[in-house]
Amino acid sequence: MPSVVEKKKALTFQELLFTLQRFWAEHGCVLQQPYDLEVGAGTMSPDTFLRVLGPKPISIAYAQPSRRPADGRYGENPNRLFRHTQLQVILKPPPERVQELYLESLVAIGIDLRQHDIKFEEDNWEWPVGGAWGVGWQVMLDGQEITQFTYFQQCGGMDLDPISGEITYGLERIAQFLQDLDSIYDIVWSRDPVTGRELTYGEVRLHEEQQFSAYSFDYADVPSLWKHLELYEAECLALLARAKETLVEENTDALAVLRFPVLGAYELALKCSHTFNLLDARGAISVTERVGVMARIRNLIVGVAKIYAEQGRLTAAA
Amino acid sequence: MPDFLLEIGLEEVPARMLASAQAELLKRTVALLTREQLISADPVAHSYSTPRRLAVLVKDVLSQQPDITEETTGPAVKIAFKEGVPTPAAEAFARKSGVAVSELKTISTPKGDYLAATTLKRGRTTAEVLAAELPKEIAAIYWAKNMYWRPGKPERFVRPVLWLACLLGEEVVPVTFAGKTAGRATYGHRVLSTGDPFEIVSPQSYLAQLEGEYVLADVEVRRQKIRKALDKVTREIPNARWREDHPLVDAVTHLTEWPDVVLGNFEPAYLELPEEVLVTVMRDHQKYFAVEDASGKLAAHFLTVTNIALDEVNTPIIKQGNERVLRARFNDARFFWEFDQRTPLADRVKLLEHVTFQKELGSYAKKSERVRALAATLAAIATSRGATLDTSAIEAAATLAKTDLTTDLVKEFTELQGIIGGLYARSQGLPATVADAIYDQYLPASASDAIPRSAEGAILGLADRIDTIANMFALGMEPTGSKDPFALRRAANAIVKILAESTLPLTLSDVLAAAAPTSEVASKLVAFFHERIDFYLREARGQAYDVVKAAVAAGTDDLHDLVARAEAVTAARGSEDFLAVSAAFKRMKNILTQAHAKGDIASSIVDHDLLLDPAEKLLAVTASAAASAIEELQRERNYGEALRVIATLRQSIDDFFDKVMVMSPEDDIRANRLALLNRTLEDLSRVADFSEIVTAG
Repeated sequence: MPSVVEKKKALTFQELLFTLQRFWAEHGCVLQQPYDLEVGAGTMSPDTFLRVLGPKPISIAYAQPSRRPADGRYGENPNRLFRHTQLQVILKPPPERVQELYLESLVAIGIDLRQHDIKFEEDNWEWPVGGAWGVGWQVMLDGQEITQFTYFQQCGGMDLDPISGEITYGLERIAQFLQDLDSIYDIVWSRDPVTGRELTYGEVRLHEEQQFSAYSFDYADVPSLWKHLELYEAECLALLARAKETLVEENTDALAVLRFPVLGAYELALKCSHTFNLLDARGAISVTERVGVMARIRNLIVGVAKIYAEQGRLTAAA
Repeated sequence: MPDFLLEIGLEEVPARMLASAQAELLKRTVALLTREQLISADPVAHSYSTPRRLAVLVKDVLSQQPDITEETTGPAVKIAFKEGVPTPAAEAFARKSGVAVSELKTISTPKGDYLAATTLKRGRTTAEVLAAELPKEIAAIYWAKNMYWRPGKPERFVRPVLWLACLLGEEVVPVTFAGKTAGRATYGHRVLSTGDPFEIVSPQSYLAQLEGEYVLADVEVRRQKIRKALDKVTREIPNARWREDHPLVDAVTHLTEWPDVVLGNFEPAYLELPEEVLVTVMRDHQKYFAVEDASGKLAAHFLTVTNIALDEVNTPIIKQGNERVLRARFNDARFFWEFDQRTPLADRVKLLEHVTFQKELGSYAKKSERVRALAATLAAIATSRGATLDTSAIEAAATLAKTDLTTDLVKEFTELQGIIGGLYARSQGLPATVADAIYDQYLPASASDAIPRSAEGAILGLADRIDTIANMFALGMEPTGSKDPFALRRAANAIVKILAESTLPLTLSDVLAAAAPTSEVASKLVAFFHERIDFYLREARGQAYDVVKAAVAAGTDDLHDLVARAEAVTAARGSEDFLAVSAAFKRMKNILTQAHAKGDIASSIVDHDLLLDPAEKLLAVTASAAASAIEELQRERNYGEALRVIATLRQSIDDFFDKVMVMSPEDDIRANRLALLNRTLEDLSRVADFSEIVTAG
């Protein structure tokens, strides 16, 4: 059956990214680069997870490649990826009528709202390991979930004030939708403006999916991963312990407070989280162990959130 | 009199919360207007909701409270005046009442003369009342999940409030809530309307004006529009009908402001997948309605309810988008279905060692072992009482019941656990009895659900649940108050329902004795199950509270018997004779209790030689005859007839109380009469404790 969508008019994958980034930049967002560590979602980047803490307003947007080792399918499933791309927007505090702003962004990427069925359906977000939750919606476009929209209420076990609005676009799904394709791998990633030559998502990324699925499921060395986990955890815990001495009111060394590497501690916690995901994909974590390891990682991530908030308070007061 | 309208504009409210919030807003508004004497005792009021608004409209509201003349009593005259001169007490009372001392009057009361003042309490305007009181009512609406959104966290509500509109007649009532002050502006449909606010002329024009901006605010109107559209679109396919699904109709009604329906298709090849999986994908994951052919078989179509006005241009676009999504989901399901089958259920038994059931209770492999043993015990008891059971099928089903937890399909569709196991069992060539028992193991999931189709399935369902309940109790994890994290109450409800509604000759004590590890746990379980039995009789069987108490008092072990007794009592309780007997039983019980308190412990052995009065002789004869008749009828569970027999005793009981004085001064006569009453009560209370029946007067 011929498609009712005019494919030539649909944005390429990279045009989609440009357009959304430009849209949010024009609406006052700082454009940040993707975070350069393995994360499972844009939320885990410090630009979201840590910046939503404390009173300082921020509007920030970035693309975030998100790795989920257990979701890999060796590139054989047309709808599932080991690594997908989120466009993450944090608005702290969210402006009034932020949904309308979001809908404008859909218009910007070529979605004529009168030609589609769009619904905001309840979907509350929760990340127990980060002590974080919020309420919101999944945005459904003709039956496809294209965006997760969340009002953060708590992070690192702490109530947020002001709260943040988080908009997470699933770029592959939106591109697939715009280009009306059954497979992610057929998405047109780029089109040469001179020759018209197209490069597909598969040509750009398929080998990554194949190899990282193989690595996550078949090759990753389990004893080494456990060792990595322990090393990262130990170093993170050591930093958390030192933070208890350094990040205190009585400390008159303002520079020591300012320079205390909370962000370094956070990276170590993220490393633990990713290592855990790899072990999980390898089937190396029994259900019984699972709860325990997750509690260990929660301890790190919530611990870092607490010292981040404390550091922010101390440096703001200084 | 003017009408009153309040509309709260919101970001999309979760569909599941709308109906109750709408009802609560109506209730609170009417209660407020009633409390403030602003509406008649029988007001006409309506409420409306869409995902983006909650509204209430009340007809004929006063614009002003009536003034009220009140008389207040002050100090006693002898305190208020000393030698004709007003004291500070009189002056204070006058000041408080807002009048001069000279305007106070004297009233006489039985306690003496007192000062009194007549004051006029001015009624407030309705606008004043609403501005002061309505915000509290809005803030008090219950939401299952709330959020903060404004800096400083001044209030919580389900989602951010975007606007308020509040009118009394054509006048704005400037009610303030969540930083918004009400005006007359509202908004239409997100996409179909202009996006600009427009003004509501009056409460009467509210619905029509919204409809002009593509919002059907009346939930019933929306529901009917959806049902009609579903019918109409389905007519495009010959002999097809959409599969009725009330909860889904509800959900999509609360997800739309301007609903319509698009018909989509999928490739018939997907119909090779089990219908359960296809329907779950469509209904639970996509909110699509399934379509079936004339014989009730699933057809390769689906229906999606949209929130946009459909036309020739957008219909094919929306259809194509939804079809692509469904295709991807069906593809996934097919992939899992085929992939899972590469490891048959029998090979998955070992994998259960790695699936934790509960930290202290170990893996599902261990649980399956326990369930298998329990099921064998229960099957043996049932067989010894004449039931015909396929015990090897029970063993196989208990062994394989939980293996579907290791399949990808269950990981994807957790709501289909058990069902998927049953489907795999069937597809892997296991006997139908085994497959059906696995398939039905989580039935009944609710009070309205059916029980497992086969006796083998019922045994598995009993064994699985009592294992969980007894072990959790042994660990001290029984439900408390509203906390029941392991859903043990629901599991116990299912056990009660299976015992009461299956043909298995099993009693509650059979099931409890098979599983309770200690006598302490056993006695806790008995108390716990008594609550569930009460709940079952009242909620699932619709029995009145007093009937339940009466029937339960005569025993709860055999649930078939209990249900039959309760139903017979309900059927009989309308008859005058029966009510008279119930009242008489109460009297007998009271006499025995009072005698007991005085040290007269009644035996149940009646000495016929000591019966003096003809009335007591008659009662002894009729009651004893009735007792043997009832014993016979009880064996056949013919409780209707048994109760008729009891009702025939009315005359002899009445005569007894008319003519015989129980508490005779002669010890042996008194003891014998108490014994007669005691014996009669004991004999006749095997059906129910009739003294529990509430009788008028």
